[in-house]
Order: sequence, then C-alpha cells, then structure tokens
Amino acid sequence: MANLKAIRVRLSSVKSTRQITSAMKMVAAAKLRKSQDAIVQLRPFAAKLDEILTGLNSALRDAETENIYAARKQTSGKVLIVVVTSNKGLCGAFNANVVREARRLMAEKYPEQVRRGDLSFITVGKKGNDLLKRMKCNILEEHSELWSALTFEKSALLADRLIGLYLSKEYDTVEIVYNQFKNAAVQRLTTEQYLPVTVAEEGTVDAVVTDYIYEPDQVSIVGELIPKSLRIQLYKALLDSFAAEHGARMTAMHQATDNATELIRELTLQYNKARQASITNQLLEVVSGAEALNG
Amino acid sequence: MKIEIITPDSNVWSGEIRSVTVPGRKGSFQVLKDHAPIISTLDAGTVTVADEQGSVQHFEITGGLIEVKRNRIILLADGVRQS
Repeated sequence: MANLKAIRVRLSSVKSTRQITSAMKMVAAAKLRKSQDAIVQLRPFAAKLDEILTGLNSALRDAETENIYAARKQTSGKVLIVVVTSNKGLCGAFNANVVREARRLMAEKYPEQVRRGDLSFITVGKKGNDLLKRMKCNILEEHSELWSALTFEKSALLADRLIGLYLSKEYDTVEIVYNQFKNAAVQRLTTEQYLPVTVAEEGTVDAVVTDYIYEPDQVSIVGELIPKSLRIQLYKALLDSFAAEHGARMTAMHQATDNATELIRELTLQYNKARQASITNQLLEVVSGAEALNG
Repeated sequence: MKIEIITPDSNVWSGEIRSVTVPGRKGSFQVLKDHAPIISTLDAGTVTVADEQGSVQHFEITGGLIEVKRNRIILLADGVRQS
C-alpha cells in the first residue's frame, strides 16, 4: 500500500506543476495573438510591394537588365543556411524539427559542401545555436538578440548582412529554415531559398496595366525594390517563426496541463483509497482489541 | 483623395487629404487631386500631409516608395517617426 504521506507530497508537486504549465499556456496564447497581429500588419505592405515589383518586372521583361541578385555563375560554391529557432524551450518539437531539417539539408542537398567545409550557419535563436554547436557545425554568426524585441529595422540589418555576404561572393546560396505559422496548432517546417532570388515565371499578367510615370526610372526602382522585398521576406520569416513558436508552446503547455490533470485525478483516487484502507485497518484494530478484552 | 501610409510594422496613418508632399528621389514633389499615375522611390525626409480642413501633419520617413493611381495614394515607408 502506497504511503499516504508520499502520495500527498507527490499530489501537491503535480498540482503546482499544473499551475505553471497552465500559466505558461495563457502567456503563450496572449503572445500568439500579438505576434499574429504583427503578421497581419505586414501583409498589406508586402502585398503592395509584390504587386509593384511584378508589374515592373513584366514591364522590364523585354529589356535585358542585369539582376545582381539573380542566379550567377558559381564562384565559391559556398552555402549559408539561416536557422531560425526560439530562445526559449518548452515548445514541443519546435526547435528540434528545424535542426533536423538543417541536418537533412547537410546530408542530402549539400554533402559536397559539408565535406569541403563550405557550409556555414547563421543562427537566430539560442536553442538552434546550442544544438548546432553541440554537433560541431560551422556557425558564422548568432543573432539571437533579435528576439528580445523584433522590429523591422533590426531584421533589416540582418537581411542587409545576408545580401552583403551574397554580393561580395563569399556565399553563393543562402537558405532559410524556419517554422511557418499555419494556425495556433500547426507549424509548417519551411526551407526557402533566399538568395539568389528566384524570379517567378508569371503566367498571367494582370489585364489592367496602368501607364505610370516612373521616378527615377524603372531599372533603378527595381534595383531598389529587390533588396527591400528581401528585407520583407526575412522579416516575414522571422514573424512567422515567432508566431509559430508561441503556437507550439501553447499546444505543448495545453497538453502538459491535460496530463497533469489526469495525473492529479489518479493520485487523488489512490490517496482516498489509501486513506480509506488505513481507517478500516484502525477500526479493525480497535474492534479486535475490544473483542480480546471481552474474551 | 485618399492616402495610406504603411510601414512593415504598422499602418501609420490613412485618411482623406487635399495634398501630400514627399521627398522623391529626383527631388521633392507634391501630389494634388487628379495627379497622373506615378511610382517613385523616396529618400529619407519629411512627408507633409494636408487634410481636407487644411491642417498639416508631418512624418519623418527613412525612405520608401509611393504609388499614386486614380486619387489613391499608397506610401510604403521603411520607417516613420511622427513629428
């Protein structure tokens, strides 16, 4: 028979754990709502920028223009992978998934570069950084400080750094691995080629082409808009990952709370049974004692 | 004439206006009603918005892009400080 006191101690510890997990769940839910708002805020900006850029691209399609961000002849063959994880744990398989995907890329897509030591990582998020470091991967930079207060300006700095690394020909390919936010319960692991820019083959050019005045001129506007849209793309990936992290944590903590509740139910049952048994025992002793006296 | 000033972080301002002056790449210019469609990149500088009552508002932008089309203005600013 389990010891009454032991069960009581265990019960109170599980109860306080449940309190913590359910509080974390609430916090994650509140943060999720905020980060979702940020994504919604970004959408009109990104959509408009895209629209203008596609319009310009189709206008410029005939004119042969040099696109320094598009694919070029390989020079160094070096690959840079940006791994976006979170700074904090307790969010299920969120971080492990990203790292596993990064490992898969290393093993399947870039085994050549790995052998030559031409594959590096830039990490955003302490968790991914720690995991990759433990695997002795080549980490170029860590930008976990981005998460403390994510703003467009800060993420733009990182984007400019990536663009710089590409333009200076230090790296030939830049990929981003992150969790895309689908909804609160679902994160989709995504690997995106960041650079070189893949030009979308637009099938249907929208019918209404307005006759714009361009200032200064189309080519330089495009030249200016591509880095801008790259900055937006990175920011979007970061925001997505941020929202996905809170979604994952909310789900994980919800599950933990449920498990704790179940455990508490079982322990309470056990406790009551044990208590009942000990009362019965004590009664039996009293009764048999009285019997013996009456003898 | 309607304007929307948007940054990646927020919708800064939107509303009916009479005119707007922006720091275009080839020099500052003003947009009034029935302006021809234009797309222009913007330098860092001040965007001045005059609403229909004539009261004026200033926004410091760090650069951006403006699209004017059929009396609808969309100003994509990289960053804004209201002053």
